[in-house]
Amino acid sequence: MAIVTCSDKACTINPLKMSQPIGGSFAFLGLRGAMPLLHGPQGCTSFGLTLFVRHFKEAVPLQTTAMSEVSTVLGGYENVEQAILNIYKRVKPEIIGINSTGVTETKGDDVEAFIRLIRQNHPHLKKFPLVYVSTPDFKDAFQDGWEKTVARMVEVLVDSVDAAAPRDSLRVNVLPGCHLTPGDLDELRTIFEDFGIRPSFLPDISGSLDGHIPDEFTQTTIGGIGVDEIATMGQAAWTIAIGAQMRRAAEAMQARTGVPFRLFERLCGLVPNDEFITFLSDISGKSVPKRYRRQRGQLADAMLDTHFHIAGRKLAIGAEPDLLFDISSVLYEMGAQVTAAVTTTASPVLERVKAKEVVIGDLGDLEDLAKARQCDLLISHSHGRQAAARLDIPFYRAGFPIFDRLGAGHRMSVGYRGTRELIFDLANLIIADREDNRQPTPATWRTVGAGLHVVPPQLN
Amino acid sequence: MSSLSATIQDVFNAAGCPKNANKSEAERKKGCTKQLQPGGAAGGCSFDGAKIALQPFTDVAHLVHGPIACEGNSWDNRGSASSGPDLWRTSFTTDMNEIDVVFGGEKRLYKAIKEIIERYDPPAIFVYQTCVPAMIGDDINAVCKIAAAKFGKPVIPVNSPGFVGSKNLGNKLAGEALLEYVIGTQEPDYITPYDINLIGEYNLSGELWQIKPLLDEIGIRILSCISGDGKYHEAACSHRARAAMMVCSRAMINVATRMKERYGIPFFEGSFYGIQDTSEALRKIARMLIERGAPRHLMECTEAVVAREEAKAWAAIERFRPRFAGKKVLLVTGGVKSWSVVAALQEAGLEIVGTSVKKSTSDDKQRIQQLMGHDAHMIEDLTPREMYKMLREAKADIMLSGGKSQFVALKAAVPWLDINQERCHAYMGYVGIVKLMEEIDKALYNPMWDQLRMPAPWDVTEVTRHAKALGPMEVPVAGGRPNSVGAEKAARAKRTHSCSTVDFSIINDRIPAHGSNAPDAMAHDTEASAACMRRTEENTPAQPTSALQAAE
Ligand code: SF4
Repeated sequence: MAIVTCSDKACTINPLKMSQPIGGSFAFLGLRGAMPLLHGPQGCTSFGLTLFVRHFKEAVPLQTTAMSEVSTVLGGYENVEQAILNIYKRVKPEIIGINSTGVTETKGDDVEAFIRLIRQNHPHLKKFPLVYVSTPDFKDAFQDGWEKTVARMVEVLVDSVDAAAPRDSLRVNVLPGCHLTPGDLDELRTIFEDFGIRPSFLPDISGSLDGHIPDEFTQTTIGGIGVDEIATMGQAAWTIAIGAQMRRAAEAMQARTGVPFRLFERLCGLVPNDEFITFLSDISGKSVPKRYRRQRGQLADAMLDTHFHIAGRKLAIGAEPDLLFDISSVLYEMGAQVTAAVTTTASPVLERVKAKEVVIGDLGDLEDLAKARQCDLLISHSHGRQAAARLDIPFYRAGFPIFDRLGAGHRMSVGYRGTRELIFDLANLIIADREDNRQPTPATWRTVGAGLHVVPPQLN
Repeated sequence: MSSLSATIQDVFNAAGCPKNANKSEAERKKGCTKQLQPGGAAGGCSFDGAKIALQPFTDVAHLVHGPIACEGNSWDNRGSASSGPDLWRTSFTTDMNEIDVVFGGEKRLYKAIKEIIERYDPPAIFVYQTCVPAMIGDDINAVCKIAAAKFGKPVIPVNSPGFVGSKNLGNKLAGEALLEYVIGTQEPDYITPYDINLIGEYNLSGELWQIKPLLDEIGIRILSCISGDGKYHEAACSHRARAAMMVCSRAMINVATRMKERYGIPFFEGSFYGIQDTSEALRKIARMLIERGAPRHLMECTEAVVAREEAKAWAAIERFRPRFAGKKVLLVTGGVKSWSVVAALQEAGLEIVGTSVKKSTSDDKQRIQQLMGHDAHMIEDLTPREMYKMLREAKADIMLSGGKSQFVALKAAVPWLDINQERCHAYMGYVGIVKLMEEIDKALYNPMWDQLRMPAPWDVTEVTRHAKALGPMEVPVAGGRPNSVGAEKAARAKRTHSCSTVDFSIINDRIPAHGSNAPDAMAHDTEASAACMRRTEENTPAQPTSALQAAE
C-alpha cells in the first residue's frame, strides 16, 4: 500500500502535469465531426494544439473563443456565441465540445447559461449538440479533464433508457481512459469482434487520431464515434470501463440507462487480461478463440524471456495515475522494484501502486528521487529524457506527449499482445543500454574510497 | 495593469514601426491588436511570444507565474541551441492552484524565486506574467523588486499575460523588459571597434553558428545576441556595441530603435537567408562599423570572405538547377520570411506560385513585388481547405510552411518542408541555403510520392481491372526470385525453437557426422536438450515447456 504525498515546493520544476482543459479537448477529439473549443484566450488553445500535433503528427482541430483582456473583464458571452456561430458556419461540425480554462473560470463565466441563451437566440442551434465541461487550469490535471468530459458526454448525449428496456446482448459500451492509444483501441476492437461483440468506444480516438489519409479534407475530426451512435448506447448489454478514471462515466451511464458496468483498472499484464478475456467469454457465451490461447502462451513465453532483464531493476516512473498504475504494476509483476513513483493528480488507484510512496509532483521530484535511490530505469513522457540523460540511465517513453519519437499513436500496451510488446521493448532497451554503457571492465571491480563499491557483472 | 497598458501603448507608438507610421493619430491610439475572431483564430498568445523571445538566453532561469496550462502544456518545444549553459531547458512554473487564485499568488511566486536561487543560483531570473495572476492582480513587478533586493540578483518581470494580444506583441513586451531592466546594467570586460549586437536572432537549430565563423574570420565580435545562445551578462552589456543588426524579423524592433535613441547604436534590418542577402548583411555590418570608426580594411576582409563563400555556394547550388526547372513552390510563412526565402528559392531556379503575406508589412510586400514581378501571388489568407485544393490540383509541387499546416500538404500527398521554428535543419547563411536546396530536392524527388499517389488496385474501376486480368501476363522480375544460397544460409542460422545455443546448422552437421538418430543420442551429439530434439524430430510447433529452456 503506497503512501500518497504531495510535493511542497512553491516552484514546479519540469512539469509532469498538463492542464485539465486540454485533457477535455482530447476526449472531444474522439468524436466524429467534432470541433473542440476552449473558452479562453487564444494562447491556451495554441499550446494545446501544438502539443497534440507534436504527439500524433496529425492535423488536429481545436478552436478558441479568443478572449481578450477586455472581454475577460466584461464576461465572455459574446465570444462564446461568436465562436459557436463561426464554427457552425465555417466548418459544419457534428458537435462542438467546449471546455473552460483558468481565465474564464477565474472570471466566473456561466457557460451553461450562455448556451441556453445561444440556443434561444439562434433557433437553428436548438438541437445542435453542444457539450460544455468546466475544467479550470488551476485545478486537477490532464486525466481529470478527460474523465469529466467523458462523463459529461454520457450525461448529455446518451438517450436515457428505462432500466427494464430490452438490450442488445452482443453490444457493449467501452469507456477507455486517456492512457490508451489509438493502437490500444484498435487492438481492443479486434478482441471484441473476435468474440462476436460489437463495441461502441466513447470516445474513439482510434478513428480520428490513428494517422490515416482521409478521402475528403475536413476541418473537424476525421473519424471517431458519431453523435448518433452515442445516443443509442443505452441499448448495450454492458459497459466496460478501462482505467479507474472511467468509473465516473460508467456510473453516469448506469444511472442514465441502467446498463451495468464492469471496471477494468488495467489491461496490461497477464492476470488482468485473463480476467478480461474470461469476462468477454462469459458475456458473449463464446469459448475463448484459439488466437487468444496462443497469444497467452506467447505472452507467458515473453515473460520468461524478459524477466532476466527486467527483474531487479529499480524503476523511476512518472505518469498520470492510471498509466502509472498500469505500467508499474506489470513491471512489479516482472520483478522490478517501483522505487520512485511520481504522478500528477489524486486518484484511488495510487494507494494500490506497488511502491512505498507515490508523490504528486513534477519531473524534478522524480529526478531527485531517482538519484537518491539509485534507480536504473526511468519511465515517463518525452519530457523526462533530460532527466534520464543526466542520471545516465535508460529511458522508456510512455504516455502523452511523446514528441521525439514516431508512431506514438500506434504503440500498444493492452491485451496479451500489447503487454508482450511493452515488455519486449523495455527489455531490449535495457539490453542495449548494458551493451553500450555497462559492460564490466576491470575498473568496475575496483573498490572505490572507503566503502566497498563493487559493480558485479549482470546476469546473462 | 495600468503600467502594462502604458507599455503596450509605448510599443505601438514605437518610431521604427512602419505600420504605425502610416496611421492617423486616432488609429495609432487603438494599437495594433486586431480583434481576434472567436472560433476562427489561430496562433499563440503574448506570453508565448515573450517566452520565445527570451528563452534562448541560456544561463538564466525562466519562471512562469500562472496555473499549469501556460508552461505545462508548452515547455520544451523549441530547439534553440546553446554553446554552454543549459539552465534555459529546465522549466520553472508556480503552477498556481485554486487557493492561490482565491488568496493571490504573490507569496508562492516569491517562494519560487527563492527556491530557484537556492538551488541553481543563476545570474538572473526572468519572471513571466500570465493571464490568471494578471486577472487577480498579482503584482509581479513588486515581487520581483523585493526579491531582487533581498537576494542581490536581477529578477526581471516580463509583463506579458496572454490575453493582451498576439505572439508578436509578446515579442515586443519581452523587448520592453530587456530595455527596462537589463540592457545597460553591466559593463563588458573590454570593448572593440568591431562589436555588434544581433537582435531578434534565436539560434534555432543552431543557425547562428552558420554565421558566427564568418564574422569571426572577418574580425567582428558579436557582443550580444538577443537572444540566441545569449547570456545574461552579454545582454546587460549590449549597450556598448558599435552597431546592430535586426536579424530577419521585426519582432524586437523596439529594442533596436530604443537602443539607437538611448545609446546611439545604429542598426539595420537584414537577413541571413539566401546568398545575396547574407552577403549584403555582412557588407552592411562592416560598413556601419567603419562609419563608426573601425579601420577601413574591414571592408576588404569582408569582401574576401563574401567572394569566397558565394563562389562555393553558387557552385553547390548549380547542380539543383536542372532538377528544379519548372518546379513550383507554395510558400506559407509569415513576415519577412515571405520575401527573404523567396529570393533564396529563386536563386535555385524554383518558381514561386504563391507566398502568404498575412503577417507581412507593406514594406515586405513591396519587396516581394520587386522579387517576383507584378503578378506576384501574394496570398492574404488561405484557409486550409483552399490550401488543400490548391495542392490537390497540383498547382504546386512542394509547400514550405510552419508545422501546423504540414498535414494539409502531406495528406494531399504533396511534399512539404518546415521552415518555421520547429524545423530541425539550419537554413541560414551560405551553408544553410545549400542545405535548404538539398532538403527541397530530397522532398521533391522522394520515390515514395509515386507509390502514395497511386490508388489502391481495388479502387481502380472494375473494367480496367478486368482488362488487365485478360491482358498479357507480366514476366516476373529476376530480382524477385529467392537467392538459394542466401536462403539456405538463413535456414541454417535459425535457432531451434527453444535452445539458446543450438541452431539448425549444428544439428544438420553433427547428426550425419555421428550417425545418431535416437533423441537422446542426438541430444548428446548436438548439445541440445533431449526434449528439444524429440520435438524437432516430431516436428511439433514450438512451445515453452520450462523456464529453463525458454530462458534468454
Ligand atoms: S492565453 Fe494566458 S492563460 Fe492561456 S496560455 Fe497564454 S498566458 Fe497562459
